[in-house]
Order: sequence, then structure tokens, then C-alpha cells
Amino acid sequence: MLKTNLKHILSEKEHSEFINNNENVMICCGRMGPMCIPVYEVMEELEGEYKHVKFADMEFDSPDAKVIRNLPEARSFQGLPFTVYYKDGKVVKATSSIQSRDQVTAILDAQFGKS
Amino acid sequence: MDNHFDVIVIGAGAAGLTAGIYLSRAKVKTLILNEGAVGGQMVLTHEIANYPGIESISGYELARNMKLQAQKFGCAIKSNIKITSLDLDAELKKITVNNKDVYTSNAVIISTGGKSRMIGAIDENKFKGKGISYCATCDGDFFQDKEIIVVGGGNSALEEAVSLTKYASKVTVVHQFDHFQAFQHYVDEAKKNEKISFIMESKIIEFIGDEKLESVKIQHQATKEITEMKIDGVFIFIGYVPNTEQLEGIVELNEWREIVVDKNMKTNLNGVYAAGDSIQKRYRQVTTAVADGTIAALSAAEYINNLKKEIKEVENVF
Repeated sequence: MLKTNLKHILSEKEHSEFINNNENVMICCGRMGPMCIPVYEVMEELEGEYKHVKFADMEFDSPDAKVIRNLPEARSFQGLPFTVYYKDGKVVKATSSIQSRDQVTAILDAQFGKS
Repeated sequence: MDNHFDVIVIGAGAAGLTAGIYLSRAKVKTLILNEGAVGGQMVLTHEIANYPGIESISGYELARNMKLQAQKFGCAIKSNIKITSLDLDAELKKITVNNKDVYTSNAVIISTGGKSRMIGAIDENKFKGKGISYCATCDGDFFQDKEIIVVGGGNSALEEAVSLTKYASKVTVVHQFDHFQAFQHYVDEAKKNEKISFIMESKIIEFIGDEKLESVKIQHQATKEITEMKIDGVFIFIGYVPNTEQLEGIVELNEWREIVVDKNMKTNLNGVYAAGDSIQKRYRQVTTAVADGTIAALSAAEYINNLKKEIKEVENVF
């Protein structure tokens, strides 16, 4: 389990329930590595500001994380973390590697509306 | 005033957090303003094995411990903000952030750190995370049995080139000079590795691909000849640049845009100190940043105490 203060998604089933039971979802799939940690930190901060978005993480090396690793939207990705944005259960945006707060909020604003 | 502090520290890397710990423990009202994630470059280090007293710790954990230690002493920390203006000339320093909040203080410590230098080649941003990486430990395993390039000629570049041979079938080191800056043992280690080859006096000028990186254009610096090379990934380790763009024309910078400080970490402005990777210095380590932060904090605390004494003396006269 990742050492963050975010909700942890631990299984494929939990992933499916989370994206289908919430309208706007951002999941960061990574490790406790240098490029991933800054993204988790940004998400932890944004949780309080973007009440209409649900935030979670998922461990990249867990077998069930194939639901993210094998997404068509991530087929060209070669940098951790894989960050995926879902609306009504469907992928609307995905990014690879470290992202700044500005880059994350730009996507959240565009896909889910401002906080 | 809620937004007034004795000292504002700009930056929450090793230097800034250390300053926050020292100042807050000394009951100096302190705010740390940080533009990125807390920890700075320290967070980008997978394992720190030379921090005295700690056998091995991840950069993330050390940063987290420093942050909690500073907060425990009462230090306020605001991260992921953007500073829009700095007024450091006057006795009362003013810092405005992106939500228009204005913070004031009697002293400021600048510890804005540094960031990985980019090559500046065409489409470098487009392929970040899609073939271009700045972290071997993070992304090395995406390149199992693939051919990659490592850019750079310093210690990090050659050390990471060797470490990436665990995954890649072939590693080509591309370096802009005809010699390496790395210590000889890193050079020897890389040269004796059969998977590693070298292209010297050359620079990548363009990254090419559709969805992900497929090839690069490399230019020889002397002949200007350009060749295209098919490649699966490129790891870039060409050093750091100080985060001082916003300070130009505000505090004195040297020709490398590092902040000029004296032995007490004082800049050319009264009440303004600097510490860590953004100052002029040779060695950039967590330990040296911690030392700089300590000196800057003690100097700033002394400045604040003298300022308070002067105010008291003036009040006694009247």
C-alpha cells in the first residue's frame, strides 16, 4: 500500500466501484518514487479544494493495477506515475510522469469544472 | 496582523525546512512559502545513505520528517503557491502570492533551490514520460531489453548509465564535450561496461516520434553534421539550474544566476538571506543545504533581535 493520505484502491473490483460510483475521479498509479510523490502531494492538497472530485492512488506494481497499466490511453506511457481522470466511469484524460499543481488543476478545471 | 511574520522563508527544500526548524524553535514567528511540493530536490533522491546519523533513508521520508519537525515547533508552511511579486528592498518585506494574499516580514530567507536542466531540444516537452525521463530509478524498468541514450558527462550521468544497463540492451552516452566531468572511477566503470558506448562532442537537437519517442537527431558540435538515431528512450542528467528567475534585478546574482551571499548567508539586501542550491557554491548536497539553512536562520534571528532592540531603544528615548 502506498504511504500517502489519499484513498488507496487495492483491487480491480474496488477500482471499478470507485470510478462508477463517482462522477469525477482522479487516480494516480505509481510507486513511492521521486516522480510520483510530488503528484500525490498535489492531490492531497487539492482534495480540500475540489470537493466535486474524488482522489485516490493505486500501487503500480500490484497485479490489479493492470486496469490502469493496460489502458489504451496509457499505451505510449514510459514514465511514472500514470495519472488517469475519469468522468462517469470513462477515461477523459491520462498523463505520464511528474505533473505540477498547475498542470493538474488545468486538467481538473477543463474536465470537471473549477473548484 | 495575521499575515505578518518575523521571517518568511521562500522554498521548502532541505535548506528552507532547516531554517524553519531553527527559527521556530527559537520562537521566531516563521512562514515557509513553497512553490512546488515540500522537500525540493531531496524528494527526487531515491536513497540518501550519507546523511550523518541516518544509515539509509529515502529523500521523501527525510523531507517529511523535516516538515513535521518544523511544524511541531510552530512553523507555518504554505506549499504549491505561486509568488507573483517580491518587495525586498524596504525594511518591511512584502511578498504577494497568486491568490492576491500579501505576506509581510522583517527578514526573508531565499531557499528556492534548483531544478533539472533540460536539453532545450525540439519536442523535449512532448515526449516527457513517453520516452524521455529524468529519473533512472523511476522509469528504468520501462526500457527492459531496449536501446536507450543517456545524456550528460557528469557523475550522475555515468552512474545512471551503468545502473540502466540492468534493464536496457544497449546504452549510448551522448555528451557535448570531448571529455567527462565525472570522477575517474565513474568513467572507468562506464567504459568497462560492454553494453555502454559513447558519442562525444555531440548534442541531441530534436526528439522525433508519433505517440512515443522513436528517434533523435544528434548534431556533432565541431562538424555540425546531423545524424538520426533510432532509440526507445532518453535519460537526461545534465545538472541543475538555480531557481532564481524571479530574483533577477531584486538581489545580486552571479554569472550563473546563483545568489551571491557572504559567509553569514546575507545577500546584498538588508534583512535578506539565502541558502541551499540557489546560492553560489561548489557542492550541492542535502548536508550542505542543511548547513546553509542553519547559518541563514541564525543570521536572520540575530538581525530580528537587533531590530527589536533598536525599536525598544527608540521607544525608551521617547
